[in-house]
Amino acid sequence: MSFGSVLSRIAVTALLLAIPAHGYAVKNPGNGVSQQAEASQEDRKQPESKTKVDIFYLGKKYKEPIPLSLLEPILTDKGVQGARLGILDNNATARFLGVETVLHEHIVPEDGDVVAEAKKILAEGPQLIVADLEPADLLAVAELSEAKDALILNMRSADDRLRQENCRYNIVHVVPNWAMRADALAQYLVWKKWPRWMIVKGVKPEDDDYAEAIKRAAKRFGGKVVEERTYKFEAGSRRVETGHQQIQSQVPDVTRNAADRDVVFVVDTGEAFGLYFMYRTADPDPVVGTHGLTASIWHRAFEQWGGMSLQTAFDKLAERDMTERDYGGWLAVRAFGEAATRSPKKDVRSLRDYILSDKFRVAGFKGQKMTVRPWDHQLRQPVLIMGPRALVSISPQDGFLHQHFPTDTLGFDEPESACLFPESTESETTVQR
Amino acid sequence: MKRRNAVILIVAPIVLLAGSPAYADKIFVSNERDNTVTVLDSDSLEQIKTIATGRRPRGIVTGPDKKEVFVCVGDDNAVQVIDPNTLEVVRTMDSGPDPELMDVAKDGKTIYVANEDDSMVTIMKPDTGELIIEVPVGVEPEGMRVSPDGKVTVATSESSSMAHFIDNATNELMANVLVDTRPRHAEWEPDGQNVWVSSEIGGTVSVIDGTTREVVKVIGFEIPGVSPEQIQPVGMRFSKDGKRIFVALGPANRVAVVNADTFEVEDYVLVGQRPWHLEIDPDGSRLYVANGLTNDMTVIDLETLKPLKSVPVGRLPWGIAITP
Repeated sequence: MSFGSVLSRIAVTALLLAIPAHGYAVKNPGNGVSQQAEASQEDRKQPESKTKVDIFYLGKKYKEPIPLSLLEPILTDKGVQGARLGILDNNATARFLGVETVLHEHIVPEDGDVVAEAKKILAEGPQLIVADLEPADLLAVAELSEAKDALILNMRSADDRLRQENCRYNIVHVVPNWAMRADALAQYLVWKKWPRWMIVKGVKPEDDDYAEAIKRAAKRFGGKVVEERTYKFEAGSRRVETGHQQIQSQVPDVTRNAADRDVVFVVDTGEAFGLYFMYRTADPDPVVGTHGLTASIWHRAFEQWGGMSLQTAFDKLAERDMTERDYGGWLAVRAFGEAATRSPKKDVRSLRDYILSDKFRVAGFKGQKMTVRPWDHQLRQPVLIMGPRALVSISPQDGFLHQHFPTDTLGFDEPESACLFPESTESETTVQR
Repeated sequence: MKRRNAVILIVAPIVLLAGSPAYADKIFVSNERDNTVTVLDSDSLEQIKTIATGRRPRGIVTGPDKKEVFVCVGDDNAVQVIDPNTLEVVRTMDSGPDPELMDVAKDGKTIYVANEDDSMVTIMKPDTGELIIEVPVGVEPEGMRVSPDGKVTVATSESSSMAHFIDNATNELMANVLVDTRPRHAEWEPDGQNVWVSSEIGGTVSVIDGTTREVVKVIGFEIPGVSPEQIQPVGMRFSKDGKRIFVALGPANRVAVVNADTFEVEDYVLVGQRPWHLEIDPDGSRLYVANGLTNDMTVIDLETLKPLKSVPVGRLPWGIAITP
């Protein structure tokens, strides 16, 4: 019996039932207080755990660009701190239900062998993995034969190919891809009636990817890329004496003699020059893209739908601001925690099936449930349109309609999907409701 | 909007003629953005006063004797008490971090406060502000309701998706019931048999048996032309006879009318944008709904289930309390 057929059957059964989430009554919260009124507070805080669910955080210390702004600290623990908070949140609930999640951190050095590390994790069977990995490493881990029945949550990479031709059945993407981000910004710009965009991109492969996504978004929503330029600029040291003088003359040069536009779309994923574009372009252009007005799923200035409580808890834990990657780590661990709370069976295969079923939903302070697209395993979610210091808007924008989920106007909708899961192609045609 | 205004012109005079109560009630609306509470006269629906409060007023309730109005001012970590006669803030009590919603014991001698940022229910005395005990619950507690017999308080925790049952005699947790995602509010049936819990992100309402603490029913909502993600149940109130429950559906811009016996959704009443909490008037004839995004309050006639009027209040209205 192939595993794929089991999965598709589960998916079909779940759709047939189409029941909203069940509640589970817990008569004994695991602490005996219903009998022992005098049980101490201490007892209640530490009930005896019945079930333990292991979550493996697999990361690599990639070399990362230093933020151009002196206001932004240089961080070496982005992501994993969010995962640690996710565990605390999971277990605040688990305390009442007797299901405990445990985080195991496996972060290899920059020249380390992440595949060997993954093999160690998977030596005794499939596991739940939070992957803080770049695309090549992520795919190498996902393709291990030991990982076939594992579930890997991508909390880092925005690579579009991972959702298209390089999609894998055992990967779920909790963070948005470039196409979702570009679509989110594009909807806002079109809503503003600022449809003419000039792209200035850096020379990293990711810059090309984001620029492609912007061009796709322009076609989808009625925008127009009127000009596209590539800017090769070495960031160098972020602190240089009188460095502003050169930049002040260079940025106007890059944006001069270009077509009329409403905004400059700066695409600088390598943090080399993006910050320098604001107030320095040849014409008085608003700056959007990787800098200026950005598309992201978390920001320190975001507080809606209870978001402040997450910011406060993170600050208490990590003694710094919560970054977008921390949110990715938190969300991935919470997704596993949600499955561990609600799935009747707590083994890895059952939890994986639960997350891939239409019963799964996770909340993340965005005012709506987030669910998994069955055609490419991308988590549906709203995208924040952030100014440097405050929220500007949240996409999808009003007026961009979709027959099922407004959030499916962001990124690759089912008809545009190039993802083919070899194992269970039948169930993938069904839209999760 | 236009259509509703037209209705008001015809209906409003009839309502006034049909016999208004001898003494008008006072309606208190907390305005989350403005740091104020708007007070309206229930007959004229005119504003009587705008009371300045602490920062971020959200949960607003009265005690059983209706002699005081309590407001949770989250960003000041306090509960404030308003005298409904003088319309002044008469006390400010330290409540622990970020109070969001609260309720008052049936004897009026204890209040139960949800500390959103702190995963605690703070139990304290309403007159002196003296802390009795803090009860640890799930993450992000919000909903808070004392049972009609006064023996049990249900607190909901949004991130943990649970309804916690607190024994009011011992202040200990008796049970923790998992419900749908992000439970916002709990409401007991007037006879105390079941407690209803609304789940904002799950989009459902769970009915929990007050004795066995089993979920007996999960109610979903379907509105043509409204995406399922926009259906977010939050505030709830029972009709005076307990036969119906009214559920504010947030971004769906509607209040659902649910039959409390059959659990069938009977109707959806279109109100302003993002209705959060609501309150029923003491004689049971009207329902008042706080519309967060349109900065107004919709008045619904409960005989016809039609909106009578929408009146402006402050910015981001959140909750409503009424005193005679």
